[in-house]
Amino acid sequence: MFLIDCPWCGPRSQKEFHCHGEAHIARPKDPEAVSDAEWADYLFNRANTKGVFFERWVHNHGCRRWFNVARDTVSDRILAVYRMGEKRPKVKR
Amino acid sequence: MSQRFRLLQGGRIDRTRPIDFRFDGVTLHGYAGDTLASALLANGVHLVGRSYKYHRPRGIFSAGAEEPNALVQLRDGARTEPNMRASQVELFSGLVANSQNRWPSLRFDAWAVNGLFSRFLPSGFYYKTFMWPASFWMTYERVIRNAAGLGRGPTEPDPDRYEHRYAWCDVLVAGGGPAGLMAAMTAARSGARVIIADEQSELGGALLSDTVAVDGRAPGDWVAQTVQELRATADVTVLPRTTVTGYYDHNYLTLLERVTDHLPDEPDGKTPRQRFWQVRAKQVVLATGALERPLCFRDNDRPGIMLAGAVRTYVNRYAVLPGRRAVVFTNNDSAYGTAIDLKRAGASVTVVDLRREPGGDLVDAAESDGIEVMRGFAITAVRGGRRVNGVVVRQLDEAGEAVTGGSRKMACDLVAMSGGWNPTVHLFSQSRGKLRFDDGLAAFVPDRSFAAERSAGACNGAMTVSACLKDGIEAGRAAARDAGMKAKAGPGAPTVDEPAAGETRALWVVPSGRRLGRGGKHFIDFQNDVTAADVHLAHREGYISIEHLKRYTTTGMGTDQGKTSNVNALAIMAELRGVAIPEIGTTTFRPPYTPVGFGAIAGRNIGAFMDPVRVTAMHDWHVEHGAKFEDVGQWKRPWYYPREGESMQDAVNREVLAARNSVGILDASTLGKIDIQGPDAAKFLNLIYTNAWLKLPVGSCRYGLMLREDGMVFDDGVTTRIGENRFLMTTTTGGAANVLTWLEEWLQTEWPKLKVYCTSVTEQWATIAICGPYARHVVGALTDYDKLGPRDFPFMTMREMTVAGVAARVFRISFTGELAFEINVPRRYGLAAWEAVCDAGRKYGITPYGTEAMHVLRAEKGFIIVGQETDGTVTPMDLGMDWIVSRSKGDFIGRRSFAREDTARDDRKQLVGLLTEDPHEVLVEGAQLVGTVTAAPPMTMVGHVTSAYYSPNVGRSIALAMVIRGRERMGETLYAPRLDGKAPVEVTVAEPVFYDNEGVRARG
Repeated sequence: MFLIDCPWCGPRSQKEFHCHGEAHIARPKDPEAVSDAEWADYLFNRANTKGVFFERWVHNHGCRRWFNVARDTVSDRILAVYRMGEKRPKVKR
Repeated sequence: MSQRFRLLQGGRIDRTRPIDFRFDGVTLHGYAGDTLASALLANGVHLVGRSYKYHRPRGIFSAGAEEPNALVQLRDGARTEPNMRASQVELFSGLVANSQNRWPSLRFDAWAVNGLFSRFLPSGFYYKTFMWPASFWMTYERVIRNAAGLGRGPTEPDPDRYEHRYAWCDVLVAGGGPAGLMAAMTAARSGARVIIADEQSELGGALLSDTVAVDGRAPGDWVAQTVQELRATADVTVLPRTTVTGYYDHNYLTLLERVTDHLPDEPDGKTPRQRFWQVRAKQVVLATGALERPLCFRDNDRPGIMLAGAVRTYVNRYAVLPGRRAVVFTNNDSAYGTAIDLKRAGASVTVVDLRREPGGDLVDAAESDGIEVMRGFAITAVRGGRRVNGVVVRQLDEAGEAVTGGSRKMACDLVAMSGGWNPTVHLFSQSRGKLRFDDGLAAFVPDRSFAAERSAGACNGAMTVSACLKDGIEAGRAAARDAGMKAKAGPGAPTVDEPAAGETRALWVVPSGRRLGRGGKHFIDFQNDVTAADVHLAHREGYISIEHLKRYTTTGMGTDQGKTSNVNALAIMAELRGVAIPEIGTTTFRPPYTPVGFGAIAGRNIGAFMDPVRVTAMHDWHVEHGAKFEDVGQWKRPWYYPREGESMQDAVNREVLAARNSVGILDASTLGKIDIQGPDAAKFLNLIYTNAWLKLPVGSCRYGLMLREDGMVFDDGVTTRIGENRFLMTTTTGGAANVLTWLEEWLQTEWPKLKVYCTSVTEQWATIAICGPYARHVVGALTDYDKLGPRDFPFMTMREMTVAGVAARVFRISFTGELAFEINVPRRYGLAAWEAVCDAGRKYGITPYGTEAMHVLRAEKGFIIVGQETDGTVTPMDLGMDWIVSRSKGDFIGRRSFAREDTARDDRKQLVGLLTEDPHEVLVEGAQLVGTVTAAPPMTMVGHVTSAYYSPNVGRSIALAMVIRGRERMGETLYAPRLDGKAPVEVTVAEPVFYDNEGVRARG
C-alpha cells in the first residue's frame, strides 16, 4: 500500500487513488493527419519500464485531481509527484 | 486435579485460577496463564495429532508460532477454527479442542497404513501416479483430500465482530522481547510516537522463559517494570496479543490483535473478537527474535521429542515438566540451559552433544550440576510410537558422516533437541531486505535493509540477552533519529551476567548407520511430512533449485510456512549440490507471518456494509407497493410490481401494456446526472459526443453517444442545454461514476484550457418518468395543461415549471417510444411528487412499471442498452446508428478510429432483430447463433443474442442480436441453442424495430 503525496492534498493512502497508466501520452493534435500506425501507437502501445516510470494517478476519493507520479517500478519508491502540465522532472533511482 | 506433570512452584501461571477444558472429549485441568499446549503437557498429554501424509502420531513440538504438529480444531459450532496452534492458544474456561487429521480416533488412525507403504509414497507421488486416465483425477482427488487435509472450516456464519483500525506512528516495534522493549523505551524517551506489538499474552519474549538476572532482578520482574514504564509514557501504545503479520510497501504494516480470543465465549456485541491494524510507520524496529531448528535425526518426529528452547519455556514459564527422564540432543550451547533447568526441576537428564569438544561455560555448569554430557555422540534410533520411550546413541565420526562403535540404549520420555537458532527474518524479508548467511550462527541474518527499518536482537543475530538489550537501545535511538526526533538521553543498558557460549556444529543430517530413508525417517518439515530422503530424491530427479525443491516436496508450505524446516532443507540441498548455502538462496517469505482469519481481513465490511446500497427518494413507496428489486450498480431499482397471484411474466406483461395503452410511471432517479458548466461547455460536448452540440438551442435535449478513443461505444444518454453555458448530461445508471471520471480526465489532462466544470447531481434530483397516451393528461392535472401541447412543449425539449406545487424541470424525452414526460424535482420532494402523480393518474389506471417492463418497451423500439447490446467492441455503425455520427463537425473522441482497418472491415457484427419460429419461445440472452447446425460442435458461430423478451404489444417474442454482416441477412434463418439441449431454436433475422417504426407516438 503506497503512500502517495497528492500535490493538492498531501500524503494519503493508495486506496484513495487510482492509477491510469503511462503519463505524457499526448493525443495527436490532428488525429486525421496521422497514419494508422501512429494512431495505433497512441491508442494501444505503452511502455513496460523496469525502473523509473512516469504514470498518471487520480485522487478519485479525494480532490479528484489528476497528476503525474515518477515511480521506480522495481522498488516501488515514488521519486516525484507533479501536477498535470508540468514537465517530466529529472529523477534518480 | 491430576496435573501430574505440573511443578509444585514457579512459572507465570495463576494457581489461584484453575481452568477446566476439553481435549478430544476428555475434561482436563490447567491454570490461567497456560496455553493449551502447556496445559496438555501438565496433564501428560503429548500425542495431539496425526501427520499430514503418513498419519504418524505427533506431539507438541514447540512453544510458539513455529508449531508444525500441535494443530487443533478449536471451539465448535459457528466459532470453530481449524489449524490453531496449541502452543499459542491461551487456555480459557470451557475451551474445547479436538485433534485433527485422524480417523476414527487419535490413538488408532486407519490412515496410518500410509506409513507402512511410505516407500511407495515419495515426493511427487501424486504427480507420478494419478496421471492417467485424466478423467479419474477427480475421483482420486476426493479420496486423497479426505485422507490428507487439515482441520475443517466452519459451515455457519461467523457470529463475531471484527474491526479494522488505522494508525500511524514514528516508530513501530515488532516484538516485545529484550531488544524490542529497549528499542521502544529508547525511542519513546526521545519523544517518538511508538507502537510496540507482541504476539504473546504478555511482553517479555525469551526473558519469560529465562532465569538470567537483569539488573540484579528476576527477568520477569524487570520486564514487568519496563512495560509499566512504557505504558506510562506519552504516545506509546503497547499491544500484547498482537502479531505483526505483514510488512508492505512504504512502511505499511498489518497487525492482528486478538482482543477476546483468550476469553470464554461471551460475546457482548460491542467488543470485537479481533482487531486488524493497518499502521503506517515512519520507522520500524524488527525485534522478532529467533526460532530454534530441529535436528534431523532418524524418527525425530515421535511425540515427546521437542525443541529444547520450548522445553525450557514449559519448565520455567508454565511450571510444567514435559518429561521425567530427558535426553537433551544438541549441536550448540543453548540447550544446556534447558538441561540445567530440567535437572533443577527434578528430571534426570543426559546431554548428547554432536560436538566433540563443546567449550562454553554452560557445559561446565551442567556437569557440575551432575548432568552426564556425551561428547561427539548422536541419537541413531528412537524407541516408542505414540510417545518416545528410549533412544539409541552411538559415537559420531570426525566428519559427521557416520556413526561408529557400540550403541547405548537409554530409556527416556523426553528428547529436547536443538540444531541452533534461525533469526526470525520473515518481516525483514517481506520488507525486501537482503539476507546473508552467517557461518558462525549457521543461519541467515539481515544484511541490507530496503525499507525504513532496522533489525535488533536475536532476529539480527544477537544471541545473548545482553547483546539483545544493547542492540535494542541502538536500534531505538537510530529509529527515533531517522523519524526526526532530537536525540535525548535514553535508558542505559541493564547489566546481565551471562555465560560465554561455545560454537555451533552444523550437521544437517545426523547419520543413523543406515541408508537414508530405509527403516525410519529423518523429518525436516513436520507439518508436510517431508524427510531428508525426499530432498535427496528431489535432487536426483533434478529439482535442485530451492523453488523447485519447495514445490516438488512441499517443504515450507502449510500453515507454519516452514518456520522450522526451511534452512534445514536448503542446507541439505546445498550439501548434495556441493555448493555453499548462500548460493542456494532462500524461498520468498510471504505475508502473513502467521495465518490471519478472513473475518479479520473483512472487518465490518460484511453484510449490509459490504457495499453501499443506494435507494431513491421513492424507495419506501416501491417497497410498500410490493416491488421486486433489481441491483443496478449499487442502486436498488424496482424490477416489477407483481400483484396477488401474478407471475413475473404476468406482471411485466400488464406493466408493458399499460405503458402503451393508458399510462405508466417509472422511477428514473438512478440515471446518472452531471451538471456541466462553463463557457467552453458546448465545445467540450462536441469533443465528447459523436454528434454536434454547438447549435443546440437552450431548452432543447439531444441524445448522445460517447465513444472511447478506439471508436467503441462507452455510454449514452440525453443531454439538455439548461442555459447558454450550462448543460445537464444524463448517463446510464451503472456508468455514471465512470463517465464523470472520463470527463474530468479529458478536461484535466488533455484540454486543461477548456473552461468547463463537471458536478455529479445524480442524488440531487428525483426523476419521475410518465409515459403512455394519457401522460399529458396526468401531468396536466398537476401543472398548466395548456403549456404541455406539442407546439409549446415539443418532443426533445425541457421546460421549467411548477408541478404539484414544486419547482420542477420537465423533459419531453422518451425511452419507451411513447408520449412521455420526465419530471425532475429536488430529491426531498421526490416522494410527494410521485404520490401526486399517482393520485392524478388513478382515473387513467396509472401503472408503476419496473426495469423489466422498461427493457421490453425499449426493445420493442430497438433502443440499445449500453452494456447489453454493446460490450466494448461495438461501434455506432455496428449498431446502425450512423445517423448520430457527425461527419462534418470535425474532431471528437473516437472519430479517427473509424478508419482503422479492424473498425472499417465489412464483416463486423451488426445489430439486428430476431423473430423466433415459435412466437412464444423466448431466446436465451447470450446464446450463440449459427447458420448451419451440425451433429456435433464445433459449429461456425455468426453472432449472439443480446436481448430477448416476450412482447405483449407485438404479441410475440422479440430479440436483438449482434450478427456478422447482420444487415445483409434480413430474412435469413439462423439457429440458437437451447439450454436444455433440445433441437436449436429457428429464428429469422429482422429489422431491430418491432413497434411504431415511424416513431410518431413519442412526438404526439
